[in-house]
Amino acid sequence: MTLEPGGNGRGGQSAAEIVHEIEGSAPGVTVELEPEQELLMVNMGPHHPATHGVLRLEVELEGEVVRDLRPIVGYVHTGIEKSCESMAFWKVIPFVERMDYLSYFFNSEAYCGAVEKLIGLEVPRRAQYLRVLHMELNRLHSHLVWLGTTALDVGAMSVYFYCFRDRDRVLDMFEMSAGQRMHTRYFQVGGVAEDIPEGWEAKARELIDVIKRGLSQYESLLDRNEIFLMRTKNIGVVDRERLLELGVTGPLLRAAGDPWDLRKEAGYLVYDELDFDIPVGTVGDGYDRYRVRLAEMRESLKIIEQCLDGLPDGPWIADDRKYVLPPRSELSTSMESLIHHFKLVTEGFRVDPGEVYYPIESPRGELGCFVVADGSAKPVRVHFRDPSFVNLQSLRDMAIGEYVADLIQTLAMLDPILGGIDR
Amino acid sequence: MIPALPIADTNFVDATWILILKSLVIFIVILSVVPVVLLAERKLLGRFQNRYGPNRVGPYGALQPLADVGKLLSKQGFRPTGAVPGLYEVAPALTILAAVLTLAILPFGDVQGGVGLYGIDVPIGILYFFAFGALAFYGLLLGGWASGSKYSFLGAMRSAAQLISYEMAMGLSLLGVVLMAGSLSLVEIVKAQGEIWFIVPQIVGFLIFMVAGFAETNRAPFDLPEADAELVAGYSTEYGGMRFGSYFFAEYMEILIISGIASTMFLGGWMGPGPSWLDPIWMLAKMLAITFIFIWIRATLPRFRYDQLMSFGWKVLIPLATLNVLVTAVLVVVW
Repeated sequence: MTLEPGGNGRGGQSAAEIVHEIEGSAPGVTVELEPEQELLMVNMGPHHPATHGVLRLEVELEGEVVRDLRPIVGYVHTGIEKSCESMAFWKVIPFVERMDYLSYFFNSEAYCGAVEKLIGLEVPRRAQYLRVLHMELNRLHSHLVWLGTTALDVGAMSVYFYCFRDRDRVLDMFEMSAGQRMHTRYFQVGGVAEDIPEGWEAKARELIDVIKRGLSQYESLLDRNEIFLMRTKNIGVVDRERLLELGVTGPLLRAAGDPWDLRKEAGYLVYDELDFDIPVGTVGDGYDRYRVRLAEMRESLKIIEQCLDGLPDGPWIADDRKYVLPPRSELSTSMESLIHHFKLVTEGFRVDPGEVYYPIESPRGELGCFVVADGSAKPVRVHFRDPSFVNLQSLRDMAIGEYVADLIQTLAMLDPILGGIDR
Repeated sequence: MIPALPIADTNFVDATWILILKSLVIFIVILSVVPVVLLAERKLLGRFQNRYGPNRVGPYGALQPLADVGKLLSKQGFRPTGAVPGLYEVAPALTILAAVLTLAILPFGDVQGGVGLYGIDVPIGILYFFAFGALAFYGLLLGGWASGSKYSFLGAMRSAAQLISYEMAMGLSLLGVVLMAGSLSLVEIVKAQGEIWFIVPQIVGFLIFMVAGFAETNRAPFDLPEADAELVAGYSTEYGGMRFGSYFFAEYMEILIISGIASTMFLGGWMGPGPSWLDPIWMLAKMLAITFIFIWIRATLPRFRYDQLMSFGWKVLIPLATLNVLVTAVLVVVW
């Protein structure tokens, strides 16, 4: 009797006995395959509890060991980039926010920043501070979701709930300032949509304490947990050079020891005025990735604190009527404002021909937006360099020769967001 | 099969009608404790995790297990095309059968009013428990294999390997107690703990037994056969309805059994202050206390990896258990 009468071919046998032989093989090394009948082809996903969305992995298993792996993407492809081409510049913002649905502020900053660079629009300092504030809160939110799901994938169930508890506190802040918890459309070309309401600052300071408490809680649950160490130490190691070859950025690269962070390197917005460190790892294994992200959350808290302390007064959006909607109050008193408003809402603003690439540091790495304008009110091309997509390439190097369980852990440590990968 | 068991050697034999009555009582009691454990697990996990747990069905969510069973019972009995007919249906029944049969030897009290408060006092006692514990794994193995799914198959392979590795450590960990009590009979073992519970001299054995017990029941952190992140639901992936319910029920029954054996072997079984009619309640309380540890651990610890589980079993637990037995043996002889 075969193992799977309806299945597509090779049966797998002797899972128990093959386990110990690959310990020496480094990731990225092509493994000599045994005769083919030893391999068991498993489709992980698109419906699988551990793929964080609709990612499909075609995995070839020799017993419990991953011998080959092909990530197959495209299950949530929604054609956002193409749709953007038929929208006025300002109407694109809510679209791009929905790509990487855990870092919507970063998406809109990448896009708005690109358009601002294209038209040479100066963003007021208060708006820059507000953007940094919201992006760092967003980084916290994204990393909290990452931590929760990763912990769940290695079996630490409770951490998931603790993380989501704190993450909801972050979303409360977004709700307060932007009216929405996710996909806020808070960033505008020229600044932010609205000033923060009264009490926001106090609530943010409260939140810092909450997150700090939470972080020490997660650290006490995981940092020195023997099982967690066994599951993450020296698992999925890929060296810095290989990661650079693959174009991997973000916490993955930093965990491998490369302090590459666009907040420092590119110095966009007011990041060069703020004092924060870039945490790096040494080995580049799962544990380093975990530690780097947790340290990043502490750095984010530092940035938020500094932004709250140094938040300047002034306008929160540029005063350029060609690109920015006039204040609501002027519409009933000023004819010019009404005309500007009408033009901006119906046609949108025109952008002189040109192209620009604007990269920022999202929670997952370099998130770049490439915008081409041809003088009309709609972009000719909007393209995102999404870090999840690029980082996913390294999964093969990380996971081949490891166990299935490590594949799951490695995938979780990659923190891929399928909405961003497929777009 | 029954006559082959040396029943004549037991300390106390009940009349047949009492045996039948007793088996019914045990069955009913445990079958009503299992839903309580189910509910307790969900409520406690909820509390551990900053949420409420079930609180919609009945007061305090008390009827949630009933609602779950009702739902499972009303499901269509579905069999995937790739499954092996016959075996696919038998496997869950086998698991739950083994679990129920093991209950027979748990002593809830000594002979009271001419009736022993246990199903049967077999002289092979603890071996009976191992025999049926091993049988339960056939259920998992067959179920995983007969489902015709790769995830189920991997889960079944894992549980087979886990069984072999941890059954030994478990057996060895109890051997110390057996040496000290000088009997395999669970009733005798409880009686031997009159002066001091065996958890004190046999603390190493107790810890090894608990660790192995977690592995035997496929509970976190050893829940590899049903590791949801990797294998979806392991051996029970393709099961639905009450067949899945049987696996689920059997798992919780196994937890109760492991807790029961642990309280019998190490925590003085039914012994406790108060009149003798309290004995069964003490036993149940001890069982539930250990079950609480099962739930607590589940809420706290991440999961082992397959090879780590193996090497932990073979390289740590078994040598430690062997050492424990040797030291105990020497001490028993010297004293």
